[in-house]
Amino acid sequence: MNAAGFPLLSLLTFLPLAGVVAILCVRGDEATVASNARWTALWTSLIVFVLSLILWFQFDASVVEPQFVEQMNWLPDFGVNYHMGVDGISVLFVLLSTLLTPICILASWEAVQTRVREYMIAFLVLETMMVGMFCALDLIIFYVFFEGVLIPMFLIIGIWGGQRRVYAAFKFFLYTLLGSVLMLLAILALWYNAGSTDIAVLMQKAVPSSWQYWMFLAFFASFAVKVPMWPVHTWLPDAHVEAPTAGSVILAGVLLKMGGYGFLRFSIPLFPEASQFFAPMMFALSVVAVIYTSMVAFAQQDMKKLIAYSSVAHMGVVTVGLFTFNQQGISGAIFTMLAHGVVSGALFLCVGVVYDRLHTREIARYGGVAKVMPAYALVFMLFTMASVALPGTANFPGEFLVITGAWRSNGWVALGTGMGMILGAAYMLWLYRRVVFSRITRDEVRGLLDLSPRELAIFAPLIVLTLWMGIYPSSFTHVWEASVAALIERHEAALAVPRVAGL
Amino acid sequence: MNWTLALPETLLAVAGLVLLLVGVVPKRDMTFPVTMGTLGALLVGAVLVVATPDGMAFGNQFISDSFARFAKVLILLGAASGLMLALDWNERQGIARFEFPVLVLFSTIGMLVMVSASDLITLYVGLELLSLSLYVIAAFDRDNSRSAEAGLKYFVLGALASGLYLYGASLTYGFSGSTNFAAIGSAVSTTEGVSLGLVVGVTFVVAALAFKISAVPFHMWTPDVYEGAPTPVTAFFASAPKVAAVSLLVRVLADPFADLAEQWQGVIWLASMGSMLLGSFAAIRQQNIKRLMAYSSIGHIGYALMGLAVATDTGLRGVMLYMAIYLVMNAGVFAVLVSMRRQGKTLERVEDLAGLGRTDPGMAAAMTVFMFSMAGIPPLAGFFSKLYVFLAAVQEGFWVLATVGVLTSVVGAYYYLRIIKVMYFDSPAGALDPRPAAVSMVLAGAGLFNVLFFLFPAPVVAAAAAAVAALAG
Repeated sequence: MNAAGFPLLSLLTFLPLAGVVAILCVRGDEATVASNARWTALWTSLIVFVLSLILWFQFDASVVEPQFVEQMNWLPDFGVNYHMGVDGISVLFVLLSTLLTPICILASWEAVQTRVREYMIAFLVLETMMVGMFCALDLIIFYVFFEGVLIPMFLIIGIWGGQRRVYAAFKFFLYTLLGSVLMLLAILALWYNAGSTDIAVLMQKAVPSSWQYWMFLAFFASFAVKVPMWPVHTWLPDAHVEAPTAGSVILAGVLLKMGGYGFLRFSIPLFPEASQFFAPMMFALSVVAVIYTSMVAFAQQDMKKLIAYSSVAHMGVVTVGLFTFNQQGISGAIFTMLAHGVVSGALFLCVGVVYDRLHTREIARYGGVAKVMPAYALVFMLFTMASVALPGTANFPGEFLVITGAWRSNGWVALGTGMGMILGAAYMLWLYRRVVFSRITRDEVRGLLDLSPRELAIFAPLIVLTLWMGIYPSSFTHVWEASVAALIERHEAALAVPRVAGL
Repeated sequence: MNWTLALPETLLAVAGLVLLLVGVVPKRDMTFPVTMGTLGALLVGAVLVVATPDGMAFGNQFISDSFARFAKVLILLGAASGLMLALDWNERQGIARFEFPVLVLFSTIGMLVMVSASDLITLYVGLELLSLSLYVIAAFDRDNSRSAEAGLKYFVLGALASGLYLYGASLTYGFSGSTNFAAIGSAVSTTEGVSLGLVVGVTFVVAALAFKISAVPFHMWTPDVYEGAPTPVTAFFASAPKVAAVSLLVRVLADPFADLAEQWQGVIWLASMGSMLLGSFAAIRQQNIKRLMAYSSIGHIGYALMGLAVATDTGLRGVMLYMAIYLVMNAGVFAVLVSMRRQGKTLERVEDLAGLGRTDPGMAAAMTVFMFSMAGIPPLAGFFSKLYVFLAAVQEGFWVLATVGVLTSVVGAYYYLRIIKVMYFDSPAGALDPRPAAVSMVLAGAGLFNVLFFLFPAPVVAAAAAAVAALAG
């Protein structure tokens, strides 16, 4: 199965950097540079995407162990190896990243007109960091990519963002950095405990109970900010509103997943006792997030802000699922993350489409868009329905599984999460009604043009995926089923040991 | 007597004297040839340093080991980059005189002697040679009152530090019976209990060296001197002498006073904590970029000292690695600072960088790399320097220090980001004057090092580890 000896993952990770070098070599006047930069970035990201499809086809879902493994000495005296590999949990996140990057580049084709070269470089670097992060099988390598994401994202928000971009960029950077550095200390403590930061080695070496709680909290500081969980979510609406459309797409589509992925990959397997101990807290924060941010979303006048708050709510569903520690819950959480990556990315693109035309995101400035942009109205409706988890669309299987899983561990949590879905339906439909339906009251709306072929090309893959994930979810769930089952088994075994010892 | 061990120092000293003559004798201005000659001498010196074997010379007053070699290569590198940055700047300021490279050369010899010292007297001789040269070049722009003030301030406080050092050294001599490191070491380890006089002596010696590396609470001179001195001089101050003094501190504490670790660890712990806190918080409000870099350097010394406070091999390795990476980052940042000049006038405010991302994308990109690197963001080199000291701190359970360290690095990130913000997010304030090739070379070299370090970190780390291993043995 595994194309042994061929470093596919490294290629996926570092190929975008080759694109960066190519873009840097472009000379000429500004228009030439801009057009060359766009095409180079697009082709690079498309090639990466095609290569990542090989990853998917070659991936053997029945194997629990990481596949496509690469290992190389990196910091030998420290016991850190460049160790890459994907398992059922991470492989689809790699694909999500490689799919969204070309879409983002295409979405910025006309929207970004200044410093195009730098913009494309930032996106390619971002792709390297994202893919590398999902492939890393060593905590230090993971940390390098995890933090490295901050550099291009800070620049994307800060340079190409909206009016309050400086504030948003600083808030995003410092919030995330503050959480991450605490995790770094915990990583070093893990290294001290096990003599390695390799995940496989760390799994073999149980962390002493007394440490687990502190270390769980340190990792929590990092991932909770990233997810983001209530009450540390406040950077997200600012960052989303100020970021350019493509920045929002990547932020919602991939960067938020880094938190959930981190919980699943590190917090739960490495600190089983602490995870069990803190699960009620996670449930409480998640349910608060789901209900509170849904209500906040109602009050928003800005489309992007509304979708940003809905992201917080959806990610609340994810964290509920992760901490149910059962197959349905975790499986649902992964599914929700992927679906949210596609759907909220698409929703931000929908906002971007009308923003490019009217340069406002204020809901009240629109109304009656359906009359002038019928195709757009249809696309927007599909993603709105997907966001409220209508059966047959991407979000439904995930949220359904999470609630089923939550029901098995705590009925109230399931109820709270379900409430969130109802509220979600309400604010999303309200948004849709105010923007798309009702009478046209403004002249500028009357002059809007419908989707261009380029925009249709951007939406087409997302539409297909949204329906595919809704109609035939098992083509995705089977990828991680074995990995998740192994994870749960390990978790239960780890919990059983101290209980027996305690008797 | 094995005098060949001091061949690099001897060569540089001879070169210094010859270059002095070369500068004086001809009737015309010899600044450029003398600078080139100095650079050549530094290069040859570096080759000789690498080739020097281990051993002791001059009646055990002088030691050559891998630790000294590691530090010396860094010092020569720092001195060379300082000279490259100064050449064009001095000319444009109208202060180009051949004495400048010669003084840099003499201070470099002082530093080389310092890090090879295995006797308190050798150490002092090296330290004074360094300091006296630095006092002069701080005031090198002699018609500028700020530069003169910087020189005087540095001199007065530096003299005080020398006094502290001599007092500490004399106490150490009195209570251990020798000025030789090995003899002091055995006296310390054989004495029953720790004599109070020795502890006081060590404290004074540490205080004097803390002054040289501008660790809190002996940092007060740093912002003023950094701001007042000509920019390339500041660049030089912030690089080679810092490396030399830190290496010296490491050698003194880890070699003769190793058995007094319990006594000095607390002092270093406090200095590290104080420097990290002050360095990050005091820099936030600085408008003058040289002053900002002064506080930033105080903060960086705090991180480096964290490794020393831990006092294990891992910790010391962290210190040396930190200084190596810091040296390169610093050279890059100052390459940008010396290029800050518009229509012939030098600029020093942070706002003067506004819009650099448009007017000079290459330099702005390099500066961005340095700023992220200084903030310790992976995958840039600055992350690894911090990683290794935190690693040592965690290993030995210095949780408070490590936690304060990571938190202050977030505060520090704020002001580094501010510079990036000014360069990229603000509208341009006009193009800077074109920069000379030498500065571009430093800029490119430092930038590439920072970006590509993560690909091959192992050799540098191994070199630092080998250096520290020599101390323990």
